[in-house]
Amino acid sequence: MIEAHNLRKTFNRGRVVAVDNVSFTARDGEITGLLGPNGAGKTTTLRMLYTLLRPDSGDMSIDGINPQTQPLAIKQAMGVVPDSRGLYDRLTARENIRYYGRLHGLPRAVINARIDELVGVLDMHDFINRRTDGFSQGQRVKVAIARALIHDPRTILLDEPTNGLDVMTTRALREFLRQLRQQGHCVVLSTHIMQEVAALCDRIVIISDGRVAAEGAADELLARSGKSNLEDAFVKLIGSAEGLLA
Amino acid sequence: MMAVFIKELLDNFRDRRVILNTLVIGPMIGPVIFVVLIAFIASQATERMESTLKLPVAGAEHAPGLISFLERSGVDIQPPPDDPEEAIRREDEEVILRIGPDFADAWESGRPAPLEIIADLSRRYTDTSISRVRAYLNGYSQQIGQTRLQLRGVHPDITRALNPTITDLSTPESRGGMLLAFLPYFILITVFMGSMHMAIDTTAGERERKSLEPLLINPLPRWQIMAGKLGATTFFALATLALALVAFVIAMGFLPAAELNMTLNLDFRIAALAFVLVAPAALLAAALLTILASFAKSFREAQSYMGLVVIIPMIPSFWIMVDPSRAETWMTLVPLLSQSVLILELVRGEAISLAWYGLSIASTGLLALLLAAIAGTLYNRPRLIFTSG
Repeated sequence: MIEAHNLRKTFNRGRVVAVDNVSFTARDGEITGLLGPNGAGKTTTLRMLYTLLRPDSGDMSIDGINPQTQPLAIKQAMGVVPDSRGLYDRLTARENIRYYGRLHGLPRAVINARIDELVGVLDMHDFINRRTDGFSQGQRVKVAIARALIHDPRTILLDEPTNGLDVMTTRALREFLRQLRQQGHCVVLSTHIMQEVAALCDRIVIISDGRVAAEGAADELLARSGKSNLEDAFVKLIGSAEGLLA
Repeated sequence: MMAVFIKELLDNFRDRRVILNTLVIGPMIGPVIFVVLIAFIASQATERMESTLKLPVAGAEHAPGLISFLERSGVDIQPPPDDPEEAIRREDEEVILRIGPDFADAWESGRPAPLEIIADLSRRYTDTSISRVRAYLNGYSQQIGQTRLQLRGVHPDITRALNPTITDLSTPESRGGMLLAFLPYFILITVFMGSMHMAIDTTAGERERKSLEPLLINPLPRWQIMAGKLGATTFFALATLALALVAFVIAMGFLPAAELNMTLNLDFRIAALAFVLVAPAALLAAALLTILASFAKSFREAQSYMGLVVIIPMIPSFWIMVDPSRAETWMTLVPLLSQSVLILELVRGEAISLAWYGLSIASTGLLALLLAAIAGTLYNRPRLIFTSG
């Protein structure tokens, strides 16, 4: 479970405010979607959660652990698929995943068993032993997800997971995320595509200009905006349709 | 930390280009250039000393006695070119002797007879020929002068107030060492060349592939990740150094040492000592290049910095060329200079005190660890992590 309170982050000595005031809660067994146009502050928010950035103010906790005081414990508790999913081209998919397993300090037998499991779930049989040079976007995302989940974390953050994926791969990925929810994981994903949150998310956090514009389940948001469909509701809640109709 | 180390090694060993550049061409290029250069210089020097001196003489008819003396001494007298000055400028001839029409008059009346050696002294390769011509002329001048004195009943020795002799205490080893002045550079450059690719690949390359951000999300202190990378880079530097030293020892076997009349003291024992001596410099190079490459956003940008860095190991060698004084204790405290100085002492066959070894290794190691520590903190700066934003 993730709790974030009044997170604020500025760059260039305060001249650029990336995240102004973001608070939200993401519960276990739910998929929480951070929805907002490009540049709204979604990635910066996630980066603060996975400790690569320090917030200027505000506090957060994941399963009761404070990322700022216990960064290593947080990283152990979380699986993160960041915006940049660089793989090592000269290593095979299996070696890429195994490397992260070793960085987590897992024993060899556990790593191998876990890789076999993930290969099954993510359907990676065809390319698990190939070098990742020349992989398609879909294959790359699968490897990136597998290596982020090698230590079977309870909380999973995904930054724009369906970016650049075709329809079939997107469908498979959504199905996989639903499985994670079924198993009781806390899944948080950021996206600028509202169909995605509509199709997938139990809770929606709409971020715009570094602030939370609205938060709640899909029907709550509908009720609050007084609109009959999600698209109109989003536009109403954010105040403009910019960047959301991709 | 070990996981990072092993992965970086595996990753880079997969790249055939890297292996070829770093572990084959890198160690080979120094010894090959060096040996070819030395062999060339040596053969040129001997050739000039031993071959017949070909000397074009203008106005030979004015001094038949001198000409026959030169011919008896084994000089091949040649007809002069039409324009001696132009011939020297065009480098058709190295040196030309010109005897003016007033030579005979001066000769007859016992005054110093004028003649002219035409040469371009700025061309170093002509040095040998010019000094040989001078030596012949001096010999003839002395011979005639002594005869003239004897004719007047004066003992020739009266003109020699001084009789200096040179006692050459240089050993064959130390003469070889002079020739080897640039050997330290060729050895030091290998640790820079060996670590260059790895330093870039593990930092700027990681950023360019966008794999740095996911890597840092792993539950590992950042300095440990950097330490693993630095370890792998240092490993490559050491491997390159070791291979280069072996290549040097083998290449030295091809040098015409007998022809040079000097011993080149570089066997496997000396090479092992040199390895121990330069090993701290490998970490130094790895840390320095890693810090530089960490600031670069891409492979290309990092490479442009590296071009400047490889000049650094040259500086001590230039210093030694300009000021070839004895090794002193303070020199052993300056990283890179200390290695250069001590390698030279080694190949000269001099005994080196353990204290000097210790000082060199300690001072270089200390600076290297300092740089490594700085490198370890680099990934705490968000600016160096994210490719954009």
